[in-house]
Amino acid sequence: MALPAYAGPIETTWYYTFRFLCACIFLFLITPILVIIPLSFNVEPYFTFTSGMLAFDPDAYSLRWYEDFISNTQWTHSVKNSFIIAIFSTILATTLGTLAALGLSKPHMPYRGLMMGILISPMIVPLIISAAGMYFFYSNIGLDQTFLGIILAHTALGTPFVVITVTATLVGFDQSLTRASANLGANPTTTFFKVMMPLILPGVISGALFAFITSFDEVVVVLFLAGFEQRTIPRQMWSGIREQISPTILAVATILVIISIALLATLEVLRRRSERLRGMSPG
Amino acid sequence: MADDLTQGGPVLAADGTPLKASLNKAMRKNRIRALLLVAPLFIFILFSFLVPIIDMTFRSVDNWQVGTLMPETTKALAKWDGKDLPDEPVFVALIADLQAGAESREIGKVGTRLNYEKSGMRSLITGSARKAAKLKEGPYKPLVLKMNKRWKELETWTVIKRNTSPYTAGYYLNAVDMKYAKNGDIVRQPENRRIYGKLFMRTFAISLAITIVCVILAYPISYLLATLPLRYSNLLMIFVLLPFWTSLLVRTTAWIAMLQSQGVLNDLFVFFGLVDDANRLQLIHNLTGTIIAMTHILLPFMVLPLYSVMKTIPPSYMRAALSMGANPVVAFVRVYMPQTLSGIGAGSILVFILSIGYYITPALVGGTGGTLISNQIAYHMQSSLNWGLAGALGALLLASVLALYMLYNKIVGIDNMRLG
Repeated sequence: MALPAYAGPIETTWYYTFRFLCACIFLFLITPILVIIPLSFNVEPYFTFTSGMLAFDPDAYSLRWYEDFISNTQWTHSVKNSFIIAIFSTILATTLGTLAALGLSKPHMPYRGLMMGILISPMIVPLIISAAGMYFFYSNIGLDQTFLGIILAHTALGTPFVVITVTATLVGFDQSLTRASANLGANPTTTFFKVMMPLILPGVISGALFAFITSFDEVVVVLFLAGFEQRTIPRQMWSGIREQISPTILAVATILVIISIALLATLEVLRRRSERLRGMSPG
Repeated sequence: MADDLTQGGPVLAADGTPLKASLNKAMRKNRIRALLLVAPLFIFILFSFLVPIIDMTFRSVDNWQVGTLMPETTKALAKWDGKDLPDEPVFVALIADLQAGAESREIGKVGTRLNYEKSGMRSLITGSARKAAKLKEGPYKPLVLKMNKRWKELETWTVIKRNTSPYTAGYYLNAVDMKYAKNGDIVRQPENRRIYGKLFMRTFAISLAITIVCVILAYPISYLLATLPLRYSNLLMIFVLLPFWTSLLVRTTAWIAMLQSQGVLNDLFVFFGLVDDANRLQLIHNLTGTIIAMTHILLPFMVLPLYSVMKTIPPSYMRAALSMGANPVVAFVRVYMPQTLSGIGAGSILVFILSIGYYITPALVGGTGGTLISNQIAYHMQSSLNWGLAGALGALLLASVLALYMLYNKIVGIDNMRLG
């Protein structure tokens, strides 16, 4: 959409106004995330830029909040918990979700729409309702304040993403490949691992990443189900914001932003690979 | 082969069975195989997710307390006509139940339950239970009437009798700002106690405002992203995807740092002399804070569907309209915009569904003026412990979300949902 050579003054003005408007909106999207990064190096226990920081005085910057994060057992404990819960629920969600997506993509699947609706319902239902329901039910069967309970809850919340991404990948899957493989004498298991899996792997991995981030970022269910022992990073941030607001939260936030940049890059690589495999041009 | 056809018999498969039966058998096998693949997840979702939610909605009508903890009174009141104070047998039953309840320390639950319907019932029940423990012999009616003058009121008995039934509509009535009047009729709450209707309206109004702001902000940048050459738009896409992938709490924290009265935005305003240092703007812990932060969080959900729709619109349509003499504004409104309606619809419903159920951000930056219905559900779950009311409010919220979801499914189709 470059400005054409014949553009008059109105068009030129509009062109630059429009660009300026878009720049403002992009700024709105990205500024809050970028602002916390320098703030996390603040030497003072405030959420604001001090005059020393604005003058780029090296003494106004420090790593003390990062040190606090590493040395505080509550935070390190929550990091460990977050990873344990997210990894186990991702493994469960990816396995169950991929199997279900394989079934849903079969042309003979009965009640396909209904099944799909039920399987992705954890994504539709507001989290507060899921959390409330699980709170009552899981405490009745003694699963509240246990790792198992939270892992199961997060698995349920993560599976819709796996189902959706893997089903979407399977749309582009050429079914004659499995027939060819069977024709050449491979049994269904070999066919699945040697022929199907490599082709749908990008979808499975991006589904798994979604499931991971869902669990890693989830706080409503954790608020209701977790005891003190199962506190995760978001749960710790939640009480940090509510009770004792300190820039340690900003240090944690900065680390999480860096993790999400890494995730974003991984997904982009996967997307390009998947498109290449399906014979589309990388876009 | 030709012989078979000329003979007119059924077409046979290789093993001699009719082809049709053989095909049916194979189809059935395929269907069962597909079902078996879906079954593990289906069973898992059923027990870890659906049953808990059904259980929660059941709580909103469940009314076990009086029937279970006061069985004698329940039985005795069944024959009561409700016109006059009950007779001695009912009082005998009442004392028996109160004594048993005081001993098992369960009677407070009955008091709490009845208190939801009429204030003062908790102290009446627990106080009477304490006194009943000391009573030795009857006739009990005059003794009970002397305990508390509320026992002389017909309404007390009406409330108890109504709640002897194992199911109640009371929580739902409460959730829609209605109640039972003294004579048992259903009436609206007095003006100053209609809180949930207002809260639902506010939740819908805030969600609608956020949706509209999202459309206004998402439209220009989606258009820019869709029309720029790929190498630029892929780069700019990072501005949309990075917030999308950043933790919700990180973004909420960021907005606290931006908006608080000593925050970045207010500092900038003061620096440029827009606002006096003494009266900095109150941008957080109110409605403004909720709307700004939630718009930021939900904006990517609007941009992504809008972008993917705009991407499919050939630029030649606009060029054709312009070359035939349409004014650029008219061409845009009459040629381009109608083609993006499905994207606007999909994004709007998605943003609306997500915002009416939002909990975390309003709870952290909403203060008292910016809280939504889900915050009230959490309050009844964790603080007031009125779980029946939490269940009723949750069920109403769930019903509205499901209705919107069906609309979304009609417009977009769940299979076309795109992530990332």
